[in-house]
Amino acid sequence: MPLKIVYILALLMSFSLFSSGTVYAGETKEEFNVGEMIMHHIKDAHEWHLWGPDHGGTSIYLPVILVDGTSKVFSSKHFYHGKEVSFELSKDEKGHYMEGVGPAKGYALFHEKIYKLKNGQMIIKDGHAENAKPLDLSITKNVAFMFMSVILLLVILFSSVKFYKKNGAVAPKGIAKFVEPLVVFVRDDIAKENIDAHKYKKYTPYLLTIFFFILICNLLGSIPLIGANLTGNITVTMFLALCTLLITLFSSNKNYWKHIYATPGVPMALLPIMIPIEFIGIFTKPFALMIRLFANITAGHIIILALVSIIFINKSAAWGALSVPMALFISVLELLVAFLQAYLFTMLSALFIGAAVEEAHH
Amino acid sequence: MDLILPDFGLLFWTALVFVLLLFVITKFIWKPILSMVNEREQKIAESLELAERTKEEMKSLQAENENILKQARAERDGMLKDAREVAAKMVEDAKAGAKSESEKILIAARQSIESEKAAAVAELKTQVASFALEIAEKVIRGELSSDDKQKMLAEKLAGDINMN
Repeated sequence: MPLKIVYILALLMSFSLFSSGTVYAGETKEEFNVGEMIMHHIKDAHEWHLWGPDHGGTSIYLPVILVDGTSKVFSSKHFYHGKEVSFELSKDEKGHYMEGVGPAKGYALFHEKIYKLKNGQMIIKDGHAENAKPLDLSITKNVAFMFMSVILLLVILFSSVKFYKKNGAVAPKGIAKFVEPLVVFVRDDIAKENIDAHKYKKYTPYLLTIFFFILICNLLGSIPLIGANLTGNITVTMFLALCTLLITLFSSNKNYWKHIYATPGVPMALLPIMIPIEFIGIFTKPFALMIRLFANITAGHIIILALVSIIFINKSAAWGALSVPMALFISVLELLVAFLQAYLFTMLSALFIGAAVEEAHH
Repeated sequence: MDLILPDFGLLFWTALVFVLLLFVITKFIWKPILSMVNEREQKIAESLELAERTKEEMKSLQAENENILKQARAERDGMLKDAREVAAKMVEDAKAGAKSESEKILIAARQSIESEKAAAVAELKTQVASFALEIAEKVIRGELSSDDKQKMLAEKLAGDINMN
């Protein structure tokens, strides 16, 4: 019986995680490429691949929105079900891109990026396309996942607020019982702890928002089938870090700049070294935020996928006995990481903001 | 490489969604929740303070009660003592009164007995005297009822006188 469960689990995981798995592909005789599959999974896409092989599998085709002179909206089906064009990547390796058909005519999809065809052709040198790109505002997998996460977050939060509206200031019940401790935690242990007592209130809503946004995206992102690697996407983490940087800079006071341009207690002779270091420090802090979240979440996805891939590399379900417990362990660890990274991002943001608004006290 | 390169489309949507989310949930979620939490915390703090104060009040009230009780007890003891004294005195007085009264009665009784006795004795004396007179009269009348007897009495009386 337990063995059966292991088989079923392995089967389910293979369905859900192998967005580009070619294991079932009878038509394509390609070798199963772990690296390609993993990279495909952790990157953004214009389709939501559910299961089955690359071509002919089950996918949700997401809308493509291009701004190229005029704006064009059409289904990404016109790329994925378009004309596949192969080209020689190197001597024994072949690459391919999808030429759009129908409304997507004149564009091509290469490595999930949309290019404008030049004279009906893609110009690819050393595996890099040199064609122009239209402004691509498509609802990609990550965007769709973000919409979904935010809607779920709003549902959770609005039902908690409804509880308070209905019952007044009483001990929370139901979903509010889950939300309130987190809110109080962010307020007391993150905002109050790092920002001056009479200033933290202004920044608490922002900190709460990034905390809940990262947390829900992390958690939903680790669910097979519906999870996208949103918080493991450099664009998203860059935007969040940028928000923290902007808030830090816009709320910074004289004391903050004094610490950068004339760090108290540092001898004059050292200032030529200290000032550039401190100045670069303004940017390295949010940069570290960006990299930390991106790397942690992406790494989690990569490890789980790699562990499950053991089964498919060895082409035997018996390997599930090894790979499933390991993947399960990492999944549970990822659950911790989801909370931890949301906490760290918020806590460090609060720390930077706190340093920017701190009054001089010597 | 494009794994670590930002994508404009995603950036656009992330910014739009995040900024909207920030404004919507700040206004409709965080403010109400935080105000509710604050209100509750304040309520709890006030309740705790009230409880503490009530405890203090209870303590002082208890001490006061204890005092009152002590006072009452002392008062009661005093009253009991007084009552007992009064009762004892009353009994004593009553006893003394009864004694003197009974003595008085006794004396009066004795006096009246004495006077009654004297009266009875006097009465008896007069009675006896009258009886004696009657008897003497009757005897004398018998003695003197005939000449012989008168003679005999005279002789006898003469003989007594002679003997004397």
